[in-house]
Amino acid sequence: MRAGHALEALGAISLRELRKFMQQRSRLLSALVRPLLWLVVFAAGFRNVFGVAVIEPYSSFIEYQVYVAPGLLGMICLFNGIQSSLAMVYDREMGMMRLLLTAPLPRAWLLASKLVAGTLLSLVQCYAFLVVCALFGVDLPWSGWLYALPALLLGGLMLGALGLLLSVYIKQIENFASTMNFVIFPMFFMSSALYPLWKLKESGADWLYWVASVNPFTHMVELTRFAMYGQLNSTSLAVVAGSATVFFIWAAYGYDPQRGMVKKRAQA
Amino acid sequence: MTSPAANPPATTPANTLDVRDAVKSYGDVKALQGVSLNIAPGQFMALLGPNGAGKSTLFQLLSGLFVPDGGAISICGEDFLKKPTVGLAKIGVVFQQPTLDLDLSVTGNLRFHAALHGLGRAGREQIAPLLAQVGLGGSEDKICRTLSGGNRRKVELARALLHRPALLLMDEATVGLDPQSRTSLMALVRGLCRDQGLSVLWATHLVNEAEQADRVYVLHRGKQLIEGTPAAVTAASGCATLEEAFLKMTVPPPGAPGAGGKPVEKTA
Repeated sequence: MRAGHALEALGAISLRELRKFMQQRSRLLSALVRPLLWLVVFAAGFRNVFGVAVIEPYSSFIEYQVYVAPGLLGMICLFNGIQSSLAMVYDREMGMMRLLLTAPLPRAWLLASKLVAGTLLSLVQCYAFLVVCALFGVDLPWSGWLYALPALLLGGLMLGALGLLLSVYIKQIENFASTMNFVIFPMFFMSSALYPLWKLKESGADWLYWVASVNPFTHMVELTRFAMYGQLNSTSLAVVAGSATVFFIWAAYGYDPQRGMVKKRAQA
Repeated sequence: MTSPAANPPATTPANTLDVRDAVKSYGDVKALQGVSLNIAPGQFMALLGPNGAGKSTLFQLLSGLFVPDGGAISICGEDFLKKPTVGLAKIGVVFQQPTLDLDLSVTGNLRFHAALHGLGRAGREQIAPLLAQVGLGGSEDKICRTLSGGNRRKVELARALLHRPALLLMDEATVGLDPQSRTSLMALVRGLCRDQGLSVLWATHLVNEAEQADRVYVLHRGKQLIEGTPAAVTAASGCATLEEAFLKMTVPPPGAPGAGGKPVEKTA
């Protein structure tokens, strides 16, 4: 694999995803409306139900909107990661995937290129949402826009790799609805995105607390939350980096022609 | 041509494609049961078989999507199973399913392919002359969605030739085309064999396409029935035409209705 060739392919795959994304304005719109609903409606309702006490990384009492913003950035990456995997399943059914896999590059590199391309889309959406947050007067530090970038990048890669892994096992597009039910919703709700974990513990939901504390999505959100204030949550960093690696290797294994994503599938 | 000394024997093979005893099963379904075939440079081989004969499986192996359970495949003398990326660089594929990005221009589609193959500027400069060669001069900037089915196929052919492959795989590429488009596609590919020494494996279940090949390989239930020139295959079966010979050879055994898949399709 020549480095020039590998980068040329990575660039082309990324540009293709970006171009497709730009052509679907409704996708950007829905990517923004979804977290916005949470931010405006949900946060308005909950603002007075629970005030968030001073917890790390915050140095003072914060509004609920400020608390929920990193969780909503995570939600954007989660949806986009899964949606990219849906596109892979679609590509596979339509034959585009086969074309991609005939490129004379190692398959893992082609998958990594897909992953990077999907993560770039996550980042575009995250920053669009940060602009929306600023317009709605959510008090996030400006320096956080920069500090959060590596956290969002790594988190986006992890959730994209999860999407890749799911695309190995989702055989048909129709199964997307069940993916929503069994992956997106549990990951989002059983995490620290909407409420701090100690709230769960306080209310006596021990098993939920336990699940949420090992949920990689929680750590992606916490990594972003701390990064917003220029702090590093090293536990979260380790969990996110570790999960991203495991998900990607597992997905690459699934796409390996020897073991084969659809090895057991009957002849096309 | 370079002098023989610059090319050690391993890289100047007699055959462009060498398949030996390829075996592939999907669960209990034995899709290929020991298929051997070879194609010399400039040779046009038709792979003829009823639906379900194993043609698609063979193409999946040859395009690197899967690896065989047993047997060997080498492309231009290089072991395809050990060094798939070396082989993939020498193969051009036109899939049965359309794989164009319909929202992209003709040139855009070819540029994407050039990047996947790491062809750089030299590859991009080949696009216009290649399109002229397949009869699409002047259509460079057309969006693929606006093209007819026959012209879309020609774009896919141009794309498959862009990286100057030694072997062209046509996986039932004429399915869904009108007779004129079929004839012109066939004439184009025949010309490439004659003028540029391109080797072609052309899968079809249309007997009249197989009649125009240098050699015919009849595949049935994952096994070779016969291989030879169209005239020799016809003579060996004692029939008057290749069509009769093919029907006689692939007749389903009594008591197993429809075991051989759909009957052979007559061409217009």
